[in-house]
This record gives sequence, C-alpha cells and structure tokens, in this order.
Amino acid sequence: MILCKVLGPVISTEKHPAFARLKLLVVQPVDEKGAVAGKSFLAVDRAVQAGEGDTVLVLREGTGIRQLFGVPLTGKLPIRSCIVGIVDQAG
Amino acid sequence: MYLGKVVGTVVAERKYEGLAGQKLLLVQPLDHGQQPLGGLEVAVDTVRAGKGDLVFLVGSREAALALEPSFVPVDAAIVGIVDRVAV
Repeated sequence: MILCKVLGPVISTEKHPAFARLKLLVVQPVDEKGAVAGKSFLAVDRAVQAGEGDTVLVLREGTGIRQLFGVPLTGKLPIRSCIVGIVDQAG
Repeated sequence: MYLGKVVGTVVAERKYEGLAGQKLLLVQPLDHGQQPLGGLEVAVDTVRAGKGDLVFLVGSREAALALEPSFVPVDAAIVGIVDRVAV
C-alpha cells in the first residue's frame, strides 16, 4: 500500500456498473511528512469514508480488491485502487 | 484509475478477435488539475464517451475486466464520464 492525501471527489453519473454507489476520490501520493511524492490518481472508497485532506492507505492491486469486495477470484471487477484505511500517524 | 480527455477515435480493421466491435478512443491522460500527464493512450470505451469528454479510466489487467463476456486484449478502458472534479 502507499500513503496518499485525499484531494477531493470525482462526480460521475454515467459510469461502468462496477462503480455504482462507490465514492471515487482523487488521491495524491505523499511521504510520511505529508510532502507530495507522486502523481495524483483515482481510488474508490467503499468502507472507510475518507474525506478531503485525510491521509489514507491506498491498495493498488486488482486481485486484492476483488477479494476485498467479495468477488470470486474468477470474477470481474475493473477496479485497481481502493482506500483501505485512514492514517492517524506515520513515520 | 485516472482522469483523461477523449481527443479522437481509432479505427483498426485487422485485429485480434476479442477486439471486434469494441470502440477505441484516443485519450490524453490528465492530472487532477486537468493538465496533460504523459503521452496519448488508446482505450476501449464502455460508457459511450465521445470526443471532448472528460472521463476516468482503469488501466492494466483490470481494463480487460471492464468488458464482457470474453477476454479482450486491452490495457486501458474508459469506465466513466466525469461531470466534475471537486479538488
């Protein structure tokens, strides 16, 4: 996983059914001091209810996410990054 | 997943069977400020996006999982049309 800061939500009405009812957020990789450490990308938030400014733990591995979402290993879920925790402290 | 802007279409007549009937679009990946991020990509469309649309995409193996039912050899798929990026 990597540390990221939540920059804000992406609003989309026309989307693949896999993204229905999932919150989609722009996240920016950061180091343990909060400094920018990479290019921003998008991650879904299904369970931790992260908000703008939160430092979060992001899983970037599709198979792990399919397992997390209860999709069979042979099933299909086109999601590659998911917020799996809100970080209280790092470093 | 990442943001992008549809800048055109791609037509390829001779291709792997799995790609038959799939709409291919030319996409410029963008950062959260909607500035270009790297070079153009060709992505398969799953949401009827069109030229000029701001979209979000999924890359790598998961792009193929956006398509039903058989395996399609793609590494980028447009999976949503973006109304607004609130950053």
